[in-house]
Amino acid sequence: MAKKVALLQGNDACAQGALYAGCTFFGGYPITPSTEVAEVLSVELPKRNGKFIQMEDEIGAMASIIGASLTGQKVLTATSGPGISLKQELIGYACIAEIPCVIINVMRGGPSTGMPTGPGQSDVQQAKWGTHGDHAAIALAPASCQEIFSETVRAFNLAEKYRMPVQVIYDEIVGHMRERIEFPEPGELEVIDRTAPSVAPEDYKPFDTSFGDVPPLAAFGSDYRFHVTGLNKAADGFPTTKAELVDDEQRRQIRKVDAAQPDIESNDEYLTDDAEVVIFAYGSTARSARYAVNELRKEGIKAGLFRPITLWPFPEKRVAELAGQVKAIVVPELNLGQMILEVERVAKNACALAGVNRVDGEPINPGQIMDQVKEVL
Amino acid sequence: MAYDYEKSIRPGKLPHIWCPGCGHGIAMKGLIRAMDTCGLEKNNTAVVSGIGCASRMPGYLDFCTLHTAHGRAAAFATGVKMAKPEMNVIVVGGDGDGTAIGGNHFIHACRRNIDMTYVILNNSIYGMTGGQFSPCTPTGAKASTTVYGNPDPTFDISKLAIGAGASFVARTTSFHATQIDKLIAEGIKHKGMSVIEVLDDCPTTYGRRNKFRSVVDMMKRLKDIAVPVAAAGKMTAEQLEGKVLTGVLYKEDKPEYCEQYAQVIARAKGA
Repeated sequence: MAKKVALLQGNDACAQGALYAGCTFFGGYPITPSTEVAEVLSVELPKRNGKFIQMEDEIGAMASIIGASLTGQKVLTATSGPGISLKQELIGYACIAEIPCVIINVMRGGPSTGMPTGPGQSDVQQAKWGTHGDHAAIALAPASCQEIFSETVRAFNLAEKYRMPVQVIYDEIVGHMRERIEFPEPGELEVIDRTAPSVAPEDYKPFDTSFGDVPPLAAFGSDYRFHVTGLNKAADGFPTTKAELVDDEQRRQIRKVDAAQPDIESNDEYLTDDAEVVIFAYGSTARSARYAVNELRKEGIKAGLFRPITLWPFPEKRVAELAGQVKAIVVPELNLGQMILEVERVAKNACALAGVNRVDGEPINPGQIMDQVKEVL
Repeated sequence: MAYDYEKSIRPGKLPHIWCPGCGHGIAMKGLIRAMDTCGLEKNNTAVVSGIGCASRMPGYLDFCTLHTAHGRAAAFATGVKMAKPEMNVIVVGGDGDGTAIGGNHFIHACRRNIDMTYVILNNSIYGMTGGQFSPCTPTGAKASTTVYGNPDPTFDISKLAIGAGASFVARTTSFHATQIDKLIAEGIKHKGMSVIEVLDDCPTTYGRRNKFRSVVDMMKRLKDIAVPVAAAGKMTAEQLEGKVLTGVLYKEDKPEYCEQYAQVIARAKGA
């Protein structure tokens, strides 16, 4: 049977991906250019007995999804620019309390209101370092409408599997463009649910690491009764200031992501095998970069594209390998140089490195990337 | 026979963090009795709080408990209730937590008239951080950040709740211990957002700075300023000067948020 196809906007594809993943609760606040995610889910969730709530502000939206997640729902919020900054407070809460949730950030420029209808990739470091305190981060950066769908599904899977907030970050260009999308059949994409406790209610501890670095999470309103706090806590969920317990908890919450990097990491490579120059690009910028690679090849320059789909954790190993292979890495970004800092850290001067940067609300075009490649070689 | 509080307290979690003379323990006992009166099942009841002295209460209570971030309790609780309307949701917290940093969440929870019970312990100070003035600190009073006297006007929490749309609003004090559980129980039974303001005291960070020589003096003040709503009608404006009304201040039957959303679901499915 032919697959169901549609011409969908990126933000709509995100909403459809969330539904495919089993999202049952959306808490949001209107902000351009992410609002369509909320609009679509306000229509679709109640049809499926799901819940949509428009909260009083961005922080309230984040709070509502954490509360809903604790009752066993798969939860989502979507925002942009100043909204993601406001949400950082409770992204930290979701990190330490280990509450699965998915946060969409449709990136625009800035800081502040900036150019709300223009594209940007200026929150890519914020996705890692935005919230306070030491914490792990997972952020996925799709580059097409189809990929927004599938990466939103994967974000839910990772959030549930690793019991933490996961961000899907894409620029306004990808969020607002319309492309043909094929809907996967049910079962075609993996859908993961959180691990339920296997012990009796009286033996349950919400941070029991005897089951590994990701303790099973029970639901409020079930047979299990437990305490949740944003304070550092012991295995039983109650606050502690014991040095060794606090240290264990902090390190475990980072280790659970570090150790799972092979499962979390996802990259797309194009003509990198024999490449002398690699363009490191993500989101809409990678589309221009792919075009540039083809044009450069026509001119006899062995160019390739490395496109991280998982932006965080950063694909350190593969970027280091490429840095050892090529003469140069070029990093086009719709910001003034953010992910290039990670490439620089990992490449350790093994090759030349140059950025292509725009923050004028316009996309980076292939010609700009080609010029920089020729310049750096 | 003395009431058995321990059946509602988590084993090993006491003593609590509250100072001698603090009214929060009296309020917690009232809340325990009220939840018991209403027959709230432990596994089906969430007790949600923000940050501050009062917000430590859920940790002691043997229910589904959620100690959130500063000011955010009402918004977390909204998520819990919206996702699982069959759960009983109680919010507990202080005046700074609920009406300053959490003011927006508080008024909008009231506006939605979502079925939960918010017990707000108003000791008119930020106690945990050492006694800074809150939106409920009396004008002119001393706090660690108003050593020359508080220049700010104060919030009347109950009026705020009524104005914002809560459908059950009541007030009492920690002196009126037996009224606390009656009002909370009435709030729990009420369908919609209920707010129970409990005026209490912080001898450590407020009393010391404001010339209360003992906890007894502070309790006497609570006794003296409280006027039951029924009695207030027979009093002159002059007699009511400096007093606060206690008892059920407002009660109205109006649509509850989760029920309203159930209709949204029905319409979406019918469309």
